[in-house]
Amino acid sequence: MSTVANTPTRSWPPRGAALLGWAVLAAVGVVLLLAPLIFDLFWLSQILTQALWLGIAAVSLTFLYRYGGMTSLAQVAIYGIAGFAMGNVVHTINSEGGLNLGWTPWLGVVFGIVVAVLLGLLFGAIASRSYGIYFLMITLALSLFVFYFFGQVTQLSGFGGIRSVSRPGYLGDPITHPSPLYYTCLGCSVAVYLLLRYMVRTPFGIALQGIRDDPGRMSSLGYHVALHRALAFALGAFVASIAGVLSVWFNTQISPGSINIQQTIAVLIIAVIGGLSRLEGAWIGALAYALIDYYARQHTPTLGLWLNPGRFATIIGVVFLLIVLLSPDGLIGIGTRVWALVTRRGREAEPGTAAAAPTAEATLEKAGTMATGGPPSSGRQEA
Amino acid sequence: MSVAVGRTSPRAQLGTQAPRIILGILGLVVVVWLAIKASQGGTTFIQVTLNGITTAALYFVVAAGFTLIFGLMRVVNMAHGSLYLFGGYVAYIAQTHWFGGGGSQFSLGGASTTSIAGFFVPLAFATLVIGLVGLGIQQLLLRWNQGQDLRQALITIAVSVIFADQMVAHYGGIVQSIQQPTSWPNSITIGALRYGFFRITVVLGSAIVIGVLLYLLFKHTRFGMTIRAGVDDRAMLSALGVNVQLVFAGAFFLGAMLAGFGGVLGGTMISVGPGLDTQFLLDALIVVIIGGMGSLVGAAIGALLLGLVQSYSAIYLHFGSLDLSNYGVMTSFILVIAVLAVRPLGLFGRAA
Repeated sequence: MSTVANTPTRSWPPRGAALLGWAVLAAVGVVLLLAPLIFDLFWLSQILTQALWLGIAAVSLTFLYRYGGMTSLAQVAIYGIAGFAMGNVVHTINSEGGLNLGWTPWLGVVFGIVVAVLLGLLFGAIASRSYGIYFLMITLALSLFVFYFFGQVTQLSGFGGIRSVSRPGYLGDPITHPSPLYYTCLGCSVAVYLLLRYMVRTPFGIALQGIRDDPGRMSSLGYHVALHRALAFALGAFVASIAGVLSVWFNTQISPGSINIQQTIAVLIIAVIGGLSRLEGAWIGALAYALIDYYARQHTPTLGLWLNPGRFATIIGVVFLLIVLLSPDGLIGIGTRVWALVTRRGREAEPGTAAAAPTAEATLEKAGTMATGGPPSSGRQEA
Repeated sequence: MSVAVGRTSPRAQLGTQAPRIILGILGLVVVVWLAIKASQGGTTFIQVTLNGITTAALYFVVAAGFTLIFGLMRVVNMAHGSLYLFGGYVAYIAQTHWFGGGGSQFSLGGASTTSIAGFFVPLAFATLVIGLVGLGIQQLLLRWNQGQDLRQALITIAVSVIFADQMVAHYGGIVQSIQQPTSWPNSITIGALRYGFFRITVVLGSAIVIGVLLYLLFKHTRFGMTIRAGVDDRAMLSALGVNVQLVFAGAFFLGAMLAGFGGVLGGTMISVGPGLDTQFLLDALIVVIIGGMGSLVGAAIGALLLGLVQSYSAIYLHFGSLDLSNYGVMTSFILVIAVLAVRPLGLFGRAA
């Protein structure tokens, strides 16, 4: 998931920084395609596959934030709805929990996504007239509602979750053959990325960005602001629901615990760690999250009760805090600054880019696409 | 955001009537339903209503601090639930260590007795400690990010993650409760009705006292005037020579103290345990979403609505043989939707 497709030089064959960028992109692509040959089963499954589906969940948030100015904390709730809807209608092998209607896995996928998108549209309609921090609060409340709903309504969530949700046959055994699911997650990630990149260039996407920057003006121009925001939210819900389906296939189960506030915040953390200024940040953040998860559980030194291998949440919380305090544009922002240093000579066409590094939005704006800059409330002073 | 919040879409003006009518019908149905239930069992109804009101009192104490902090500083303190729970733990630890009281929720007190001081000293201590913790968060983490409301929300989310994990590490997963003074009765009798003494006197009483004090503080003191001025125009207030940073620190200290105080009340009335931070963060969020961010009256009305709705739906969601009481969470959800459909900024909310 390299980020270099937008380097200023568009000429072919690429030269200088652009060539370096394409080389990095090609290398990442090759590694991702050949991952089952390079990494062992554990890495393939627990790090890469998990990072890919978590990245899809996080990118739905990044998309809403970056292009709609909406910091949604409801993405985990929506993927939970998709997961639970699918888990209830498909055959569960030991009929442990859920309605167990015995539908085929693919029908379950369609049903789960449709239910999640419809509820996403409802959530979007509820929240779409609120902005900024209000939007964050309302979506957090929605997310917690969904969590408590599935926690209480055990007819739909089973006692302690729906286990052994049947998966499409081609996925095979998740422990011994993780590569089919890995390629599924990879394919979905690429498709979602391309879809979102396409959507932000459509008239709808441009209008959405206009609404992000100045809803009042867009409304005066005749745009239906609330409808655009609700539809964008539904698009985010569609992406999140894909992550929900993949997460159920990955875990082979779903329980209220998989959509609790820790998970809600985890997806937010992933998006922020990666960097909210670019869609790619979601997957980078997810990879970082999976790696921190893995290494923290193995190598954390013990300092009494304060810090030990069981304190993963403390570690990720501190990392999150440091990122928010020191580099609000996340790893992408750090990467951009390093990239600007490495290729300073190749970017003379864009004077001042490297100097403006502290505000990532400014650095990352594609000239001409957006005039007024990034989402409404990050890294900028407001009156 | 400041530009965005105040405006409404054309559709909102055009379509306001439909939601209002639907809500009117919905409200009427609920009232009729409750009236039927009340006529069937008066004592139960009063008991359920009192449950709602006393729960609302606790929600109000917690949400008042939340809304105070937001109203002045535009900081959504996502760590408010953590401060609430930490307050409960601090009081519990203080009570167990200094007064030998406390104990598991399931041991019925037994040998240990709790003196009056054994309750009030931990209460005061925890309130003060939480106020200082809140002040520390504000001074160390939030102060230099003033005006970046999303970033501040993210910072407090990070703090709440760390707090939640550390509290599990230090205090474990066992549900505890703070002991009320042994000399106090467990319940009082009013006519045919027996009701929990602590809930109806201490919790409801302190909510009313806190509400009145905050009202007087806001309306009739220099500090309150400064806070209200700060809500309206921070830059102007600063230009007039008021030390805005000091006002901010004071307001954050007060708001955090309310969270800690609420934590002790809740820890005595209900319990202290993991997960309650999320629970009370959600409750505070709902209260201020319903009532309107930054409004004290809104917090009171929102708390009352939420408390009553939760209390009624826990008991009265039986329709013949159909038991829907585990769908109780849906009623709070419907309440939020209903309010937001008519007033996107909450009942007493106003544009930033």
